[in-house]
Amino acid sequence: MRDYTNRALDTAGTLGATYADVRVSEKRTQSIVVKNGRVEGVEEADSAGFGVRVLVEGSWGFASSYLRSFEEIDRVVEQAVRIARASATVRSPKVEGVRLGSPVTSVGTYNTPYETDPFTVPITQKIDLLLAADGEMRAVQGVTISNGSMHFQREHKFFASSEGSFVEQLLVESGAGISANAAAQGEFQRRSYPNSFGGQFVTGGYEHVLGMGLTENAGRVASEAVALLSGPACSGGTFDIIISGPQVALQVHESCGHPIELDRVFGTEAAYAGTSFLTPDKLYNLQYGSEIVNIVADATSPNGLGTFGYDDEGVPAQRTDIIKDGRFVGYITSREDAQKLHRLVPDAPEASNGTMRANDWNRLPLIRMTNINLAPGPWKVDDLIADTENGLYLDMNRSWSIDDKRLNFQFGCEVGYEIKDGKLGQMVKDPIYTGITPEFWNSCDAICDDWTLWGLPNCGKGQPSQLSHVGHGASTARFRNVRILGK
Amino acid sequence: MQGIEQLRDISRQVLALSPADETEVVLVSTDEHLTRFANNEIHQNVAETNLEVRVRVALGNSVGVATGNGFEARDLQAVIDTAIRLAQSQPDNEEWPGLPEPDNRFTDVPGFEPGTASTSPRVRAEAVERVTRPAHESGCVASGALSTSAFELSVANSKDLFVYYPWTQADFVTVVMSDSGSGYSAASHKDINHIDTHSLGEEAIRTAVMSQNPIDVDPGEWDVVLDAYAVADMVRFLGILGLNGAALVEQRSFATGHMGETVTGENVTLVDDALDADTLPMPIDYEGLPRQKVTLIEEGVVKGVTWDRYWASRAGTQSTGHALPAPNPWGPMPDRLQMAAGDTPRADLIKGMKRGLFVTRFNYTRAVHPVKTIVTGLTRDGTFLVEDGEIVGPVKNLRFTESYLDAFSRIEAISQERRLLLSSYSGSSLVPSVRIRGFTFTGKTQF
Repeated sequence: MRDYTNRALDTAGTLGATYADVRVSEKRTQSIVVKNGRVEGVEEADSAGFGVRVLVEGSWGFASSYLRSFEEIDRVVEQAVRIARASATVRSPKVEGVRLGSPVTSVGTYNTPYETDPFTVPITQKIDLLLAADGEMRAVQGVTISNGSMHFQREHKFFASSEGSFVEQLLVESGAGISANAAAQGEFQRRSYPNSFGGQFVTGGYEHVLGMGLTENAGRVASEAVALLSGPACSGGTFDIIISGPQVALQVHESCGHPIELDRVFGTEAAYAGTSFLTPDKLYNLQYGSEIVNIVADATSPNGLGTFGYDDEGVPAQRTDIIKDGRFVGYITSREDAQKLHRLVPDAPEASNGTMRANDWNRLPLIRMTNINLAPGPWKVDDLIADTENGLYLDMNRSWSIDDKRLNFQFGCEVGYEIKDGKLGQMVKDPIYTGITPEFWNSCDAICDDWTLWGLPNCGKGQPSQLSHVGHGASTARFRNVRILGK
Repeated sequence: MQGIEQLRDISRQVLALSPADETEVVLVSTDEHLTRFANNEIHQNVAETNLEVRVRVALGNSVGVATGNGFEARDLQAVIDTAIRLAQSQPDNEEWPGLPEPDNRFTDVPGFEPGTASTSPRVRAEAVERVTRPAHESGCVASGALSTSAFELSVANSKDLFVYYPWTQADFVTVVMSDSGSGYSAASHKDINHIDTHSLGEEAIRTAVMSQNPIDVDPGEWDVVLDAYAVADMVRFLGILGLNGAALVEQRSFATGHMGETVTGENVTLVDDALDADTLPMPIDYEGLPRQKVTLIEEGVVKGVTWDRYWASRAGTQSTGHALPAPNPWGPMPDRLQMAAGDTPRADLIKGMKRGLFVTRFNYTRAVHPVKTIVTGLTRDGTFLVEDGEIVGPVKNLRFTESYLDAFSRIEAISQERRLLLSSYSGSSLVPSVRIRGFTFTGKTQF
C-alpha cells in the first residue's frame, strides 16, 4: 500500500502541489430486508478505489478512481492538479489561499473493537431472526406492513499525506430495526423499534444486534401501530413535553450538530444545506441552552457510529466541548477552518479537532458530526413523568424539518401520551412539536439517566451528496412551554 | 466512457461464469465532474471515475444480489459467488416474477452530448466566474455548483437480453446572499450549452438584492404564487408518496382504492415521461425494459402509477419500465415528472392576487402524513409580499404544513413557462409556476 500512496504523493509534488493526501478504501456492505413474511432483498456490495486531494496555487483539487494501477494513479493525480489550477482562477479577492496550520504527522492504526464479526454470521441466521420478529408483528390483526432490516459495513482504509501521515483503519458497523405499519380508510400509522428509519446502528459487531430484543418488542410495536389508527389526534397548544431518548438524539443532530459545523458557519455549504445561526461572535457568548445542557463532540465514544481512530485529514479522534453549562463553547472543525476561526477569534483553538470525514473513496472529506452527545442527567423517567403536571410524552421520530440556519424546527413523532397530574394517560396520534432552537434548549429543565448512544446512518451533506454515519448520545428530557400543532 | 462493446464483453463474461438458473448483469459507468463555489470562489472541485457491476441471480425463486467494482476475472467470479451464496441462504419467494425476456420496443431518444462529457475544469471555472464576478460587483456572495457528467448503463440477462444507453447531464444551482437576503436559481439539461450561468446568476442576484431587509408576517392561510422551484418539490413528493406501485399495493398511497377518481384540481395533469428528448431522457430501466410514458394524474383524476416487474406481478399488471437497481426497497419511482403548463404568463401570476406571497422555493421538506400528502417545510431564498398584484417587499421565511394534493386542488392559475430541474435524489421534473389560494403556513423563522 505504501507504494501506491507514495506514488500519488510523489507525483503530486512533482506537478506542483504544496500539499497532497490520498485515501484508499475497500468497503463491504450487507443489507437484508424482510417485509410481510418474505425476504424482500439481500445484497452485498463491494466498492474500492482511491481519492487524491491536492493544494495547488492555494486552491483545492480532488479526483478519484476505482482503478488502482500506477498509471491510473498518475492520471488521477494529474487530473486533480489540473482541477486545482482551474479552481485557482476563481478566487475572491477577500479570501486568502488555503492555510492548514501545523503539519499533521499521524502514524498508526485503529480497528473497531467487536466480539462477533457480522460478516461471519450466516445469512440464514440473520434472516431467521428478522422473520421471527416479522412473524410477531404480523400476528397482530390490523398490521398492513411488517418490516425488518439489518445493515452491516466494513471499511478498510488508508490515509497518507505529503506531511508524513500514514494511518490504517478497519471500521465495522452493525445495525438493525423493525417497524409495523397499520393502514385503514386513508389513515396510516407506524411504530418502530429500537429507532425509526432503519433502527439502531453502532460501530461494533453482531452482538449488538442480538442484544436489541427485536423479537421481544415486535408484538408491542405492532399493537401500538394498530391502536394509533383509531386513537384520538393530538391536541394543539402549548405544553410541557417529555421527549424520549431517540427523539432527543435527532433534536441534538438537527439543532446542534449541524449548526456547529464550522464550514457551514463560513458559508461553504450555503448552496445546499445552508449556513448557521451560530456565527463566530456567539462563540463563548451565547447561552444556547439551560445550565443543565452539556453537549460534546466525541469521536472516541465506545460503539458510537461516529467513532474512529483518525479523521480523513489524519487528525486523531478526540473529544471537544460544544455546549458547557448551556453556553456555546465549541465548533467541529477542519484544519483549514480551524485556522480561519483562530484568526477571527484568537481564543479559539487553531488546530483541527478531527471531524473531516468522507463517506467513500470518491468523495471529498467535509466537516461532519462524529458523536454529538448530550450528557445524561440525574432523573429517572418515571420520576420525571410524575413531576409533570400537565404535558405530553413523545416517542420516536416520524418527520423532521428545520430551516437553513438551524433555528425554526418542526418534528413529528410516532406516538404521544397525555400526562395529567403526573400520570401517563391517553395515547394520541400525530403529535408534532415546533420551536426555535435556543428558546427550546433554554426551556430544558430536566434530563434523565437513560442514556443511549444512538446511531444515525443517513446524514446528508455536500455536493455531490454524501451520507455520513453519526452518533448521538441522548436521554429522555423535559422541555417547558413548547408549541404543539394539532386540532 | 467504456463503450458498448466493453460493457457487452463484461456482461458476456459474467453470464458465462454464472451457474444460476437466471442471471442479470447491470453495469453503470460514471464519469462525474463537479465544480463547487462559495464566498465568490471555487472551494471544492472534484472528479470521479467508476464502473460498477451488479449481479442478480435466481436459484429457483431465491434471489441474491451482489455488486462490485473490480473487473479482473477473480473479481467478477467473487461477485457471482457472493450473489449465489446470498440466494442459497434464502427461503423461496413465490412472488419472484423471473427475469424479463428481451423487449425491443425502445424509443430511440438521444441523451448523450459529447461536448458535455468533455467539459474541462477550466470551462466550468469560466462558467462559474460568470456568476461570481457579477455577484461580487453587486455586493453579494454567490455559492453553488456546476456539474457535467457522463454515464452509461447496460443491462444483460441469461434470457439473451442486452440493452445499452449512454447519457450526459449538466446541472447548475446557485444561492446568492446579500446582507440580509438571498436568491436562488437552478437549471439542468443534457447539454451544457443550454445552461446559461450568467442569466441564472443574474436571476439569483436580483432576488438577493430585492429580498434585503425582510419584514415579519404572520403565518396562516395565504394566497401564494409558487415559483417552479417550489412546484418541483410538490410533484416530487406526490411521486414518492403515492404515484408508484409499491405505495399503491402497500396501502400507503392516496391512490389506493381511488384509482380513476378525482384527487386534486382539474387543471392538474402530471405524467412521467422519460422519452422526451428535450429533458433528461432515459429510454430503459434497470431490468432492461423499455420506459413507458405514464399518465399519473389527468385533469385531477388519478389514472396510473409506475411499476417494475416485481410490484406489477403482485398487482396483476405489467411493468411500465420503472425498475431501479435491485434490490429496491423503495419501489418503482416516477423520476421524470412533467406537470402540464397553463396559459398564464409567469409574470402575470401575481397580478391575480389582492394580497399574498410570492415564494421562490421550498427547503427541507418532509412528509408528515404520506396518505394525506401532508408535507412540512420552509420557504427560502426569496419570499415576497404581494399586494394588488405587485410585489411590495420581502418577508422573512415561513414554515408551511400543507397537503400537497389539497393545495393543488386550489390552483387558480398555471404559467405557460416551465423549468427543467434535477431532483435532490436523482430524476428530474419539468414544472410550471402556479398560483394557489389559501396555502397553510404554520410558523415562521427569524430571517
